[in-house]
Amino acid sequence: MATHKKETDPALRVKAIESILAEKGLIDPKALDAMVDLFENKIGPRNGARVVAKAWVDPAYRERLLTDATAAIKELGYSGLQGEDMVVLENTDEIHNVVVCTLCSCYPWPTLGLPPVWYKSAPYRSRVVADPRGVLKEFGVEVPETTEVRVWDTTAELRYLVLPKRPPGTEAMSEEQLAELVTRDSMIGTGLAKAA
Amino acid sequence: MNGIHDLGGMHGMGPIDPEANEPVFHADWEKRAFALFAGTFVFAGYSVDEFRHEIEKMGHAAYLQHSYYEHWLVAYEEILHRNGFVTHDERLKRIAELEKEAA
Repeated sequence: MATHKKETDPALRVKAIESILAEKGLIDPKALDAMVDLFENKIGPRNGARVVAKAWVDPAYRERLLTDATAAIKELGYSGLQGEDMVVLENTDEIHNVVVCTLCSCYPWPTLGLPPVWYKSAPYRSRVVADPRGVLKEFGVEVPETTEVRVWDTTAELRYLVLPKRPPGTEAMSEEQLAELVTRDSMIGTGLAKAA
Repeated sequence: MNGIHDLGGMHGMGPIDPEANEPVFHADWEKRAFALFAGTFVFAGYSVDEFRHEIEKMGHAAYLQHSYYEHWLVAYEEILHRNGFVTHDERLKRIAELEKEAA
């Protein structure tokens, strides 16, 4: 009977590659540290939340965001890697939008950061296109039967951001306060903005 | 190409099970695996499409059994070998040394 070779620890696999490349002078480990810091501490869903909050309070900005999302998002300083071509999908009483990448893990990095594990995993990717309402229920979101659910399959070239509905009773809130109500999942479509 | 990565509509993949307050990375090695992408694609001359294609060529069982950043490791290992920057021999020798150090 053949014996199964024990799998190599991924930590050693990545260390092997990094150390060889560093010895050859092809990478600088410090540059890798900076990249980690950027995505762990600086780029994340708070960026997208600022875009959403501005769209809620500024009708002209909302219009620009829905017609040329890439340019409107760049106005707030968010652009670049994995967000080169953006489309914003507006949730209304009539339509609820949900985003997936069935083939891989495409996600708008400049506005949402790196995707959560569930977004990259088989259960969500396989099922949200076939049973979106069932999947939304798993996230605690009940969409009324009268609201159409649209599922958008992201590609490598084009990334989606959902503009969630502004919660009722938030008329007096500032843009900064509104941004606090915008969750990551509400911009993927698997959640709603928090109640005021 | 079609394959196991083309998951849309497939049954039997289980519950979604989102993690509350999920950290950006779940282990230090995931941070290095992520950052290597920006660190390598310029000098190694590969595209995002080539990177993804290496992952799509994984065996179906392996694809489902391994985590996201383990998929990335497969892509680095294949591309860096093919382009001559880190051969499989060099890499396996280094892993053996690291295993000895860790033992």
